[in-house]
Amino acid sequence: MKTDHGVTVHVAGCAKTFADGTRALEPVTLDIARGETVVLLGPSGCGKTTMLRIIAGLEQPDPGGRILFNDVDVTAVPIERRNVGMVFQSYALFPNMTVADNIGYGLKIRGIASAERTVRVAELVALTGIEGLEHRRIDQLSGGQRQRVALARAVAVRPSALLLDEPLTALDAALRERLRSELNRLLRTLGITAIYVTHDQAEAMALGDRIVVMRKGAIAQAGTPREIYFAPQNRFVAEFIGAANIVEADCVAGALALPGGRLPLADGAAGRVVAMIRPESITVTAPDGAGLAGRVDAVSFVGDRQRLIVNGAADKPLQVDAPNTFVVKAGDRVGLKVDASAVRLLPDERS
Amino acid sequence: MMRMRDRAIFAAQFAFTLLVAAFLIVPAVLSMTAGVTQNYFRGIKSGLTLDWVAQVWDLYADTIARSFLVALATLAVTLVIGVPAAYALYVRGGRLARAVEEIITLPLAIPGLAIALALLLSYGNFSDFRRSWLFILVGHVIFTLPFMVRSVIAIFAAIDVKTLDEGAASLGAAPWRRFRDVIVPNARPGILAGSLMVVTLSLGEFNLTWMLHTPLTKTLPVGLADSYASMRLEVASAYTLVFFVMIIPLLVAMQVFAGWGGRRAAR
Repeated sequence: MKTDHGVTVHVAGCAKTFADGTRALEPVTLDIARGETVVLLGPSGCGKTTMLRIIAGLEQPDPGGRILFNDVDVTAVPIERRNVGMVFQSYALFPNMTVADNIGYGLKIRGIASAERTVRVAELVALTGIEGLEHRRIDQLSGGQRQRVALARAVAVRPSALLLDEPLTALDAALRERLRSELNRLLRTLGITAIYVTHDQAEAMALGDRIVVMRKGAIAQAGTPREIYFAPQNRFVAEFIGAANIVEADCVAGALALPGGRLPLADGAAGRVVAMIRPESITVTAPDGAGLAGRVDAVSFVGDRQRLIVNGAADKPLQVDAPNTFVVKAGDRVGLKVDASAVRLLPDERS
Repeated sequence: MMRMRDRAIFAAQFAFTLLVAAFLIVPAVLSMTAGVTQNYFRGIKSGLTLDWVAQVWDLYADTIARSFLVALATLAVTLVIGVPAAYALYVRGGRLARAVEEIITLPLAIPGLAIALALLLSYGNFSDFRRSWLFILVGHVIFTLPFMVRSVIAIFAAIDVKTLDEGAASLGAAPWRRFRDVIVPNARPGILAGSLMVVTLSLGEFNLTWMLHTPLTKTLPVGLADSYASMRLEVASAYTLVFFVMIIPLLVAMQVFAGWGGRRAAR
């Protein structure tokens, strides 16, 4: 059931100051394309949920902020007339209705006849894999089942945009991972414009066509998962997404001068720089003849790889990933090799 | 040794509890038995009779009917005003809502006599209104409304009605539709508990009613006071018996529903 109901969403200068004076959102501008899945990612209190609620119509932006769906200003339109689908963290399923009635509620509101409703509900039940639960009460469902019902109910109305507020947070880890891939498949199948709020970077990477990293009510960076991961524009993004070594050093003759040796850079820089190196882009070599060397301080084996902490190479201990078969123990001297293209220079934020 | 002492302490505590319970229950039992005794001063051995109850019925049937009329009308008004008010205050409210809630709750802290006096001062001159049972209804609504609103707000908090409301809104339901389809059905235990409380309070209300009534608009508790003052003790007691028979099932039902509502909300 490919839908053609997706809209473009334009967030124009939306800020939010709550009645008690708290500034939840600085003026934010963001364009979301038709059919795109955008993930709003950030720690708690970064304004991501507030932004979602403004797009949904559950909150009003401060004066001056506008929300446009397909270039039509909907800022003053209440949520019930925005034709959005919403999945809440607590699901907000109606305990007084059966699963089928929950899924069909939006259709009933839209005055769709009972016979057609039954057909549509059956489609959604099949799509979300909850066959056999149609006549259950909500309190007879498990967490994962509730999540699926909430999703089915939200997409039943063929919304212009699907809004998801931490929909997997209430579930345990194994179930979360399974539902994440189901959700991914569903979003691709529907081809719907989706805005997804989470604090879980793995979820954001897996689901987002584009990730908007937020911090203190502002957008820290927006880009594809690869851009965000490989080319973070600031220290916050670098450290929030994945593991990162942030190294401060002087650049001399096209290379970083580190306590443990030299680290060549791809693009010419000069003076004091801040650089980011991902643990997996550092290769462990023999110490003799290596351009950069250090001493292994700790080894933690995590199954698919091992994470080393190497002292003495840079101004602070470096996290380094080594293959899981590599033989190394704490105290060993090792050489470190980093491809120049894997070193990312960041703006120095102290100045 | 220890067990002996524990047992002695338990026995003493148990006896004391029974004593306190008896102190509270005996007057009620005495009063009810007096209502079915031939002659109270000669005691139960003078024989049992329902004559006094019949006499109460002859004399005061209208007050009983009026009490039920007032109680049910009070319930209707508090439901129609109180439940939407609770919704507005809890779901849509801000700082103003807190203030409004406090104002609605104020009658709890003000003596019924003072409320009645205020009503008499304000509306006592509208003589048709003053003479009708509607005047008493107004007093009862002022007195019982906070109980309904509080009870409904309590269940709203327990079932996280704000999120339910937002969920229904996201599916396209306008406020009135959400209220009807989602809010009220899920708040039913709280509404039921509030309703029973309102009916019980209204049936037993004396302070306000005593000030507001006219000889033609007596309610049951006012009739009771009247019978205590001017009738044989047996008649007054029989009247008390009638009152108990009416109010106790309501009290029991209130407890049952309150427990049921609490369990439901806890799930």
